[in-house]
Amino acid sequence: MTRELLKGNVAIGEAAIRAGVQAYFGYPITPQTELLEYMAWRMADLGRVFLQAESEIAAINMVYGAACTGARVMTSSSSPGFSLMQEGLSYIAASDVPAVVVDMMRGGPGLGNILPSQGDYFQVTRSAGHGDYRPIVLAPASVQEAIDLTMLAFDLADRYRHVVILAADGQIGQMMEPAELPPMQPLTAAPPWALRGAQGRAPNRISSLYMHAESAEAANRRIQSRLSQIRQYEQRSLEYATEDAELLVTGYGTAGRIALSAVQAAREQGLKVGLLRPLTLFPFPEERLSVLADRVQACLVVEMNAGQMLDDVRLAVGGQIPVEFYGRMGGVVPMPDELLTVISRMYRRVAAPA
Amino acid sequence: MQDSFLFSGFGGQGVMFAGQLLAYAGMDAGYHVTWIPSYGPEMRGGTAHCFVILSDQAIGSPVLPRPAVALVFNQPSYEKYAGQVAPGGLLVFNSSLITADQSPSVPTLAIPATATAHGLGDARLMNMVMLSALLTVRPVLPVSALEAALAAHLPAHRRSLLAANVQALAAGAALAREAWLSPA
Amino acid sequence: MLQEITPVMLPVYERPAALAGVHTHYCPGCTHGIAHRLVAEALDELGLREQTIMVAPVGCAVFAYQYFEMDGCEAAHGRAPAMATGIKRLLPDRTVLTYQGDGDLASIGIAELIHAAARGEPFTTIFVNNAIYGMTGGQMSPESLEGQRTSSTPGGRDVQRTGFPLKVCELIAGLEGTAYVVRRSLHDVASIRKAKKAIVTALKVQQAGAGFSLVELLSTCPTNWGLTPADALTWVEEHMLPQYPVGDYKVSAAALRAAAG
Repeated sequence: MTRELLKGNVAIGEAAIRAGVQAYFGYPITPQTELLEYMAWRMADLGRVFLQAESEIAAINMVYGAACTGARVMTSSSSPGFSLMQEGLSYIAASDVPAVVVDMMRGGPGLGNILPSQGDYFQVTRSAGHGDYRPIVLAPASVQEAIDLTMLAFDLADRYRHVVILAADGQIGQMMEPAELPPMQPLTAAPPWALRGAQGRAPNRISSLYMHAESAEAANRRIQSRLSQIRQYEQRSLEYATEDAELLVTGYGTAGRIALSAVQAAREQGLKVGLLRPLTLFPFPEERLSVLADRVQACLVVEMNAGQMLDDVRLAVGGQIPVEFYGRMGGVVPMPDELLTVISRMYRRVAAPA
Repeated sequence: MQDSFLFSGFGGQGVMFAGQLLAYAGMDAGYHVTWIPSYGPEMRGGTAHCFVILSDQAIGSPVLPRPAVALVFNQPSYEKYAGQVAPGGLLVFNSSLITADQSPSVPTLAIPATATAHGLGDARLMNMVMLSALLTVRPVLPVSALEAALAAHLPAHRRSLLAANVQALAAGAALAREAWLSPA
Repeated sequence: MLQEITPVMLPVYERPAALAGVHTHYCPGCTHGIAHRLVAEALDELGLREQTIMVAPVGCAVFAYQYFEMDGCEAAHGRAPAMATGIKRLLPDRTVLTYQGDGDLASIGIAELIHAAARGEPFTTIFVNNAIYGMTGGQMSPESLEGQRTSSTPGGRDVQRTGFPLKVCELIAGLEGTAYVVRRSLHDVASIRKAKKAIVTALKVQQAGAGFSLVELLSTCPTNWGLTPADALTWVEEHMLPQYPVGDYKVSAAALRAAAG
């Protein structure tokens, strides 16, 4: 395979196509619009379905309908648009149909701005719609990872019949980097539960409605059992220099990638600092973090928000070690030197006291 | 090795493509590269910029507070970025369109790029003149790498412009040698 | 010589194959039952049951997907046209139906309806208009009549404060994407027969891929109107028909050809 210089948004679109996405429904919003524009011509060229919906609300419900036919389907948006999709996401999750949704996060709250942010961590991992469920959430930090995790997103969505969210930020969507695309995969066959007309079989019915508490609880148990499997098998993270680290830095996506530069610079200064970069935000890589928490003196969480993954880190660490936080908000992306200063100060204070 | 480049000018001056060409050439030379455009509200004000990093290590941030090199194509970009270049860096400016009224703390290279491009028959070649001038003075990559990148990555519908672009690269390199080597 | 006579029982009325053999939860006297039966009969007559996918709304017909013997799903409130769009785009050769009440279609879901109609999505919407929110207990809907008492307009609907009834057929007939837009009523036998014919025509229009089709059915809600089923039918005739005239609001040339074919 050859490496190409690819823009994140375009790379995700092409990766979805190679994963066999049969329908894309979306609505323009910066900083993910190139993804919609790419799908507009590319899906048409391939004779697959592309539709610009009248709103994100319509887009996610088109995804819901299309997913009910058993096809691989997706939509993409950015924070305010993702907020509008929450109702539909909850229905999709409750109905056990697979779907992939990209959230190219931007600065908030409110209209905020179109700059890179990680302010949707709670929204994507906790509250992607009403009711008791969590979507699978994947967090790429580069264009290559955006491709790889898009492919994974479709596989996980089908495997668990669940909503998978690719949560990146405007920087990853807009940036070009060299990357390799996987070969084109054949389209998947429709599963037996799909709605395609009850020809020679009993009707299939897809719904999230349970009138009685007992049946609704049973449906909830089914979802929770799926989620516990997901927690057991799908935690993913990457590490750098954690073997002998005294201070563990953790961050995902763009913040994690910039933190890597800072951690490398800290190592060059002789500071025993390591990095854990979650690839899955749900399931959060709590097992690995818990193991590392036994070894290190302290943990620093770096995010482009006011401290959201911080909660998951604290839960995983369980009070074993001090956990501190550094974040920038509103579309401000921290710089490597800035993080190095934060790391050095914290290291001197908690990991290697004078 | 890590080098960072800010390209800034009016929309339509080929700012984005100049940055992409450098990124392509860097990629083909085996470097880690990133290219990121300005996509904030500033892109609506008529100026556009992009940021390119070439590195022999994985790149953390694709944007830095101060670029090592700034290529400025118009006066507003000069006003904004002439003083932003990191110490040890280089400022290359399009002297056809820019009145240099600042004293930046880094070496500067004045290239009459728009006039030169006009002379070659197409003002749109200005970005190639600027880019090859830069690499002539700061040879992170040889100018020939840009030619190769053009041949490899110029979109099909722009193929007819290949020869003119290569000519513009040569003109930019000649101008830079002249400007850089001759005493001020 | 005496001839032995074998009695022969011929069925004169039976459940359509497309209607599931289950009890519905509709109130006694509600016209949803009639509307369901008409849809099922129309699908049977055209032989479409096995290739149809129904999208149910939120509202009294929330369980409609269980009441038909065919593939079906349950949309979020008002989003049935978006969901149907997703299904029909993936399966253009299947028959796709949405079955929606007036709160679902004309209030929370009006954006999805109008855009599906404007795009000319070739599916069929059965729009059951009983001028009230039935499931939540009788609040004003966009279709409630001027002066109509509901639990959220206890003094009668004051159009100066709550706006005017939203006439869906009149609203969407002007959209180029619509092929067949008609209003019928379920208040008497003759009207019911006409409603059935309209549903058959709408399905033919869909099969021909002629564009968006919608059949509005003026219906009753005896429970929330506070009327007996018989009085509710009279109320449709006396109060709804003048405000919501039955008729063909849009029959495109392609729809005409499809109906004839």
